[in-house]
Amino acid sequence: MSTAEAPDEDRRDFLYIATGAVGAVGAAALAIPLIDQMNPSASVLALASIEVDLSPIEEGQSITVKWRGNPVIIRHRTAKEIEEAKAVPIADLPDPDARNANVTDGSEATDANRVVDGKEQYLVQMGVCTHLGCVPIGNEGEYDGWFCPCHGSHYDTAGRIRKGPAPENLPVPEYKYLSDAKIQIG
Amino acid sequence: MSGHSTYNPTNPVMKWVDDRLPLPRLMYDSFVSYPVPRNLNYWYTFGGILMIMMVSQIITGIVLVMHYTPHVDMAFDSVEHIRRDVNYGNILQKWHAVGGSFFFIAVYIHIARGMYYGSYKAPREILWMLGVAIFLVMMATGFMGYVLPWGQMSFWGAKVITNLFSAVPFFGEAIVTWLWGGFSVDNATLQRFFSLHYLLPFVLVGVVILHVWALHVTGQGNPTGVEVKSGQDTLAFTPFATVKDAFALSVFFIVFTAFVFFLPDYLGHSINYEEANPLVTPEHIVPEWYYLPFYAILRAVPDKLLGVVAMFGSILVWFILPWLDTSKVRSATYRPIFKQLFWLLMIDFFILGVVGANPPEGWWITVGQIATFYYFAHFLILLPLVGLLETPRPLPSSISDAVLAKNTGKQPAAQPAE
Repeated sequence: MSTAEAPDEDRRDFLYIATGAVGAVGAAALAIPLIDQMNPSASVLALASIEVDLSPIEEGQSITVKWRGNPVIIRHRTAKEIEEAKAVPIADLPDPDARNANVTDGSEATDANRVVDGKEQYLVQMGVCTHLGCVPIGNEGEYDGWFCPCHGSHYDTAGRIRKGPAPENLPVPEYKYLSDAKIQIG
Repeated sequence: MSGHSTYNPTNPVMKWVDDRLPLPRLMYDSFVSYPVPRNLNYWYTFGGILMIMMVSQIITGIVLVMHYTPHVDMAFDSVEHIRRDVNYGNILQKWHAVGGSFFFIAVYIHIARGMYYGSYKAPREILWMLGVAIFLVMMATGFMGYVLPWGQMSFWGAKVITNLFSAVPFFGEAIVTWLWGGFSVDNATLQRFFSLHYLLPFVLVGVVILHVWALHVTGQGNPTGVEVKSGQDTLAFTPFATVKDAFALSVFFIVFTAFVFFLPDYLGHSINYEEANPLVTPEHIVPEWYYLPFYAILRAVPDKLLGVVAMFGSILVWFILPWLDTSKVRSATYRPIFKQLFWLLMIDFFILGVVGANPPEGWWITVGQIATFYYFAHFLILLPLVGLLETPRPLPSSISDAVLAKNTGKQPAAQPAE
């Protein structure tokens, strides 16, 4: 055995630190798969897009389609509803952001920014209340739009939050027109 | 009261075991010779009742899992299969479902008893905080269990409650997606809730063991709030407390089984007999009755994040209750003003429950906001102030003095209704 103390202590320190480091890295490496397994699986992510034919929807009628497990509301709006939505000053909106995946982030929540230009009669939006996720009911509420029965949020005819606990406008999912009356969501 | 052991096994086998693993000694010291205050009333029997309810839920739960299928396409039908086809499944399923409600009835009484008699005060702070932790685990377990039958209320309750986490700044959406394992409550959500609903009761058992351990270190409180001073103040746990607990348990079970057999759906929602539909929210969604007061607090605040903070805060505030109550006197029996505040809080909590059951419209919103304000004012303003301002009534010099005075009628001490 060596009589010199210093090298021994260095060796001990090294062993402590090395063991601790391996333990910490090991725990972190173990935690990642255990936590990440709860995120959406590849099969869930794969169900990304659907096609919807808009032609059967009469004016004043809404349909609900299921996309990624959530309802998407597609409404063929009446001229009166479009007028109402256009008449609202941005300053009156609790959420001035368009929340539209198809326009630049941070665009103003004008009616034009909530729909596709030239197709403004069709409002396509998630039927998921931005408060706690219930499905708002159409043709209800104080603004002729949607009303969430769970906690009393009122949305207007462009799906913008006007009153109640919901913080944001109903989000518009990413979608595009494949033909004149057919859209692809996602 | 963790005094020295009086266990003295005469049976040679028990002595042999005791010398190697003193488990029989631990049981004997904890549940036979353990001294309890002689003046415990029936409000003190709910700890034992809760213990039995927990075991009852675990046993019926394990049995139900033998027939249940945690999959969105089969969950609803498998619960119907249990109720219609499985031998005695009808009773077992109802026992478990109604048992959840009665578990909460007992725990609310148990918590209220703790608040009335100041059971949370030094040296029982950790005992109390473990109790609050137990309540939180119970709430999580009950919530996940309610999702499993996959009815309309199961689904929408799950969606609303998990969405509470979307109020978290920046990471909200990512957290909710992670909780769901998708973009909505779906099969992945149901399966993980099933897994956790099976796990959490055993976590509960663990925390309950700590709770009972802490209780046995500090000794039990009692209706006078005066600590045990001599052997005259106590009785042996067995037979005295055991028999009293057993009697209270029998009465409790008469009411409980009456609901199981004759009113199994009274405490639930009929809409949950409709299978979950992710495209239609029921007209009026409400949580199970035992969450209603907290649900009312959530809805009373018009801001999403603050509403969630208020809801969780309304339970978390109990953690600091031992330090919010500034009075040195434990029992409400000797605190004239606090006693009235306690009953006002009970009324307030009940009002919150009624508000939670009603739609968030009109004057219900105002009532909910006033009741929410009062709830927090009770804990954060009134309790600290009353402790400083109130003049308590004279305390009895010991538990046995209080018992004797009551029995001879010399000093008619105000007792709560039993």
